[in-house]
Amino acid sequence: MRERWVDRGPIPDRLHETAWRKLMRWEMLLAAIAVTVFLLNSAASPYFLDPWALSDLTFTFTEKGLIALPMALLIVSGEFDLSVAAIVAFASTLMGMAAQLGTSTPLVVAIGVGVGIACGVGNGLLVAYSRLPSIVATIGTMSLFRGAAFIILGDQAYDKYPASLAYFGQGYVVSVVSFELVLFIVAAFAFGFVLHFTSFGRRIFAIGANPIAAHYSGVDVERIKFQLFCLTGLMSGVAAVLITSRLGSTRPSIAQGYELDVITMVVLGGVSIQGGAGSIPGVVLAACIMGLVTFGLGLLNIPSPVMSIIVGAMLIVVIALPLVWRRVLLKRLG
Amino acid sequence: VKRIVRFREIWLLLANVALLALVGMRFPDFVRPGNLVQVFNDTSLLIMLALGQMAVIVSRSLDLSMASNLCFSGMAVAMLNATHPDVPIGVLIAVAIAVGLALGALNGLVIWLLSVPPIVVTLGTLAIYRGATYVLSGGAWVNADQMSPAFIGFQRVNVLGLPVLSWIGIIVVAMFALLMRWTPFGRSIYAVGVNPTAALYAGIDVARTKFFVFCISGAVSGLVGYLWISRYVIASVEVASGYELTVIAACLLGGVSIAGGVGSVAGAVLGALFLGIIADALPVIHVSPFWQMAISGIAIIVAVALNLRSERRPGRVILKRVEQA
Repeated sequence: MRERWVDRGPIPDRLHETAWRKLMRWEMLLAAIAVTVFLLNSAASPYFLDPWALSDLTFTFTEKGLIALPMALLIVSGEFDLSVAAIVAFASTLMGMAAQLGTSTPLVVAIGVGVGIACGVGNGLLVAYSRLPSIVATIGTMSLFRGAAFIILGDQAYDKYPASLAYFGQGYVVSVVSFELVLFIVAAFAFGFVLHFTSFGRRIFAIGANPIAAHYSGVDVERIKFQLFCLTGLMSGVAAVLITSRLGSTRPSIAQGYELDVITMVVLGGVSIQGGAGSIPGVVLAACIMGLVTFGLGLLNIPSPVMSIIVGAMLIVVIALPLVWRRVLLKRLG
Repeated sequence: VKRIVRFREIWLLLANVALLALVGMRFPDFVRPGNLVQVFNDTSLLIMLALGQMAVIVSRSLDLSMASNLCFSGMAVAMLNATHPDVPIGVLIAVAIAVGLALGALNGLVIWLLSVPPIVVTLGTLAIYRGATYVLSGGAWVNADQMSPAFIGFQRVNVLGLPVLSWIGIIVVAMFALLMRWTPFGRSIYAVGVNPTAALYAGIDVARTKFFVFCISGAVSGLVGYLWISRYVIASVEVASGYELTVIAACLLGGVSIAGGVGSVAGAVLGALFLGIIADALPVIHVSPFWQMAISGIAIIVAVALNLRSERRPGRVILKRVEQA
């Protein structure tokens, strides 16, 4: 063993992985669950294996998934953003406001994305530069952003949107492949590349594992955290455009509770809640699993509160299993 | 540390008084004793929940499932009351507390035995308990006309000038004050929050302490579950949806540190009162209640930013000096 390390020359930047360990990774477990749920679904409902049904299925996770991608980066860096759903509500409200005044589609989209970025900048300033704990700061901005939506809209709703806006949330690129799905796949590859193949990504892991050590290694911790919050805001703005376009109307309660769904996706995807570990493929798989489970149960006419029991239990069990397994192994060894 | 803590509570008290004075200047009726009692009564539910959450946060955990727990326990007693109107009110309250305690203990057990991070467990049970409420009730509501007069009227009975609800609030505050300050268990909650490793070496079972803390927050949620249902006289799956974050907000306003180990009963009570005063004052000053959310959001950010400045650890400062040198 020792010999091989010497022969290799430079010190490897990560530990050597055996084939077995590679196979037993978190993503494999998730993939197995996804396949199982898929098979169960197709056995349980004759309507499941239809191209259009499968296409509808993707809508259940693409919007939340788009927010889950930057959220994964953020949680890997050891921070949290609970305000994402509120950003969606605020951005959608301002989009609606602009649309009532007869603004053209490109400008409405730009407003949605721009508001998202602005909110992200606000979060980033509070957390990275004012050093507020992120859970606290984003609980505050969550109230603030959604509160602003409520102040503007009250119990009203905006429902006059330009017809061409509908494409983003309802359009299809090729036959059954929706625009939302394509956007999600592209974003997943982009985020996966950034997190796993760039020095920026390595720095995110470094910050999450030990912010002080990262700081002394020359990583600009504040700036990267700030950028991650901006990125989360940006993607929330994008999600706001998609959701608004799909629903064709905006209420201040839009996307209520999405923040917890998004965090569930990320944690289910194997991202450590303490930061420092996680992968984008895991998050994408977790998003698919959540979509498969909710859609499959929906086909069986199972009401959504019961679905939430299953999703909640799945979250706890999937996180607990490896911990219990490790403990059993340790006991057997010791 | 003690001086800072006391200092912070005084500031918070001043903020509450200033808020009352501000409203009182324009609308003197708002600060009449009778109305202030009303404000306290309205806020009692939030105060109790905030105290339960405070204990959890001090032990360096987070209970996101409180509102769902409240919803489930409330539904359980409401259905019990609807089917068996002759069950005495004392038994109903005991049942509510027991159900809440059981759900809290379930959280605690998973955290204790499986060592899953509390935020993950309660994120899961947040969904599970609300779903379970749906399964329990079959999606149906329990309306006012299905509840017995005693079930609805108990908390409104006037005892010595205060409604029973306020008295329950006061008793819970007193119990928490005793628990957190004067019992070994209360001190061990702080020890676990400040430094779990040190607590372990001091002979404190960290995981077991957390288990009991979750039992407490569960029992409080159960009690509030009954009080909530009998106050708003409707039990549905949607009861207190999203309220867990309001409770956490009250704690944060009250200077409870999310990093654990810091927080006081007075702080949590004052934080909850601050939100309660805003909620009750807005209609009086003719501001749409829709402003409430945004105002409490700004208040949280300001309060936490102020707390943080007084809380900077000396260790950090030393490091900074080294950097600059």
